[in-house]
Amino acid sequence: MLRLDGVSKVYKVGTFGGKELHAVRDVSFDVKDGEVVSLIGESGSGKSTIGKMILRLISISSGTISFDGVDISTLKGDALKEYYRKVQGVFQDPFSSYNPIFKADRVFTMIREEFYPGIKGQEWGDKLQDSLRAVGLNPADVLNKFPHQLSGGQLQRFLVARALLLDIEFLVADEIISMLDASRRMDVLNLLADLKSTGLSILFITHDLSLGYYISERVVILYRGRVVEMGSTEKVYFNPLHPYTSMLMACVPRLDEKWEEVDVELRAKESEFARGCVYYERCPLAVKDERCARERPPLVEAEPDHLVACGRV
Amino acid sequence: MSLQVENLRVYYQTLRGDVRALDGATFTIEDGEIMGLAGESGCGKTTLGHSLIALTPPMRFVEGRVTLDDEELPVWDMERMNDFRFKRISIIPQYAMNAMNPTRKIGKMTSELLESRKVEYKSTLPELKRRLDLVELTHDVLSMYPIELSGGMKQRMVMVLSTLLNPSLLIADEVTSALDVSTQKAVSEMLVGFRDREFVKSLIVITHDISILYQIADSILIMYAGQLAEKGPTDAIIHSPRHPYTKLLISALPKVGVKYAERKLEGIPGNPPQLLDPPVGCRFRDRCPVAFGKCLEEPPFMEVEKDHFVACWKEFERNA
Repeated sequence: MLRLDGVSKVYKVGTFGGKELHAVRDVSFDVKDGEVVSLIGESGSGKSTIGKMILRLISISSGTISFDGVDISTLKGDALKEYYRKVQGVFQDPFSSYNPIFKADRVFTMIREEFYPGIKGQEWGDKLQDSLRAVGLNPADVLNKFPHQLSGGQLQRFLVARALLLDIEFLVADEIISMLDASRRMDVLNLLADLKSTGLSILFITHDLSLGYYISERVVILYRGRVVEMGSTEKVYFNPLHPYTSMLMACVPRLDEKWEEVDVELRAKESEFARGCVYYERCPLAVKDERCARERPPLVEAEPDHLVACGRV
Repeated sequence: MSLQVENLRVYYQTLRGDVRALDGATFTIEDGEIMGLAGESGCGKTTLGHSLIALTPPMRFVEGRVTLDDEELPVWDMERMNDFRFKRISIIPQYAMNAMNPTRKIGKMTSELLESRKVEYKSTLPELKRRLDLVELTHDVLSMYPIELSGGMKQRMVMVLSTLLNPSLLIADEVTSALDVSTQKAVSEMLVGFRDREFVKSLIVITHDISILYQIADSILIMYAGQLAEKGPTDAIIHSPRHPYTKLLISALPKVGVKYAERKLEGIPGNPPQLLDPPVGCRFRDRCPVAFGKCLEEPPFMEVEKDHFVACWKEFERNA
């Protein structure tokens, strides 16, 4: 239902915008109904940029994002409002998502004013209570409070409840777990998984691989704005074909095995091989031949439902 | 014995009374030990770290004794702590990214910092450069402003600065939380490297990410609601925890290989108690699945096995 087709984002940087920064380059994938797709990458890999483009918070430089077959960049006025009724986002830091001067329920009031202008007080109250209960909050405990009086987990669930008020079909969850405590994380994560079973599609943006594995059917691994590997979660996790994916898997701190010696150059230098494989200079496995440096490997299907962009495959 | 903390109590002063953020901590850290300090937000782990180095208002020292290398630290006296701070005991603060003065070039800032401790910058420079090499930073950073460095680079720069005078104890407060998995790994391994090269004798690594501690720490101390819940060797804490809170905390961690559809992980139900007026007895009582009558009394922090301390009546009963 949500489809990205060759999406790129170029930022103008430098004093007079003379330089270009390719935050996202030629990214294509889709998210089906009731599916959770994890978008995994390091900071600067463009994962949040993709989330923001889907939410139309920033423009797309080239390519198209379509939702139910409609190109979202063409939406205007009422059609755009209808889009936001179906597609909503929740972001990383719950504390900065609120205005500290107002009570936290203001986020709900704003939804009411914007999307349900004619609704009666009683009906709205019931709807609000239902959606708060759906995210596991007791309305009496959390309503009518200021943001500082609520915990990070409560605020984050508030934001999910806000999105639920709109009967959404698609949720962009941008690092919504990383600010929460270990004991709270599972509550929010299980909540997302429960919502999925009711038919909600989720784009789960994260840098934490174990969280991605827990919740999603498919993963998309991004490196410097490009998709280097994507496919079903099991296949990518247990049989990573791209060396970058293998390196990421090796760096995850685990409770069952300790970090082994992974001989990886950890900082990427400025790319001298802009036309070659994006991972060229950090690749521990590359037979560093001319081909990796010159040609950018395309995304190919290595086995059914498992795609990789590496010249060695 | 590098660091000894006995019955340390530090409260926060508020208009409504004292918040008992650190309520009786007793533990020791051996020379060369990396101790991980973990717990939920608000459990007092940062308070404990800060009270050892800069006990600033609204923090209030109530009682306790801190001994570093057989010398008592005057933690209650900000002035007298100046003799120890940075030289003997040092900290990498939580937001190391913003810890450097943005209006000074890094070299200039370092020299001012060293002069404030009556150490000559010129004679320290070769060592400084050697350490920059170690953390894979170019010497050019000394003539740069902090804004020119990336987050990971700033983090490493602050690590070098904090350990420049070879302190006996280094407190690393959430140093890996804001970093990517690969940078996180590099930074954690550098901390271990600093210990192995004896830039620092012992380390307290404060984090909420227990899986990082499993990789680098020798021992782990778990805190809950301002009190110590359990301390023991890393393997014992991860694989055979004794305190019910530790058990729940570790079982709530997602691992690669665990899927929602196959095995649903549970968080810990309930919330930690308010520390303004904490309940009597064991503070974990309300959320504890095995609580019983005895838990109305406060459990002591006792050694149940060699180097393994726990504060739980149920455990004492089981071992009795």
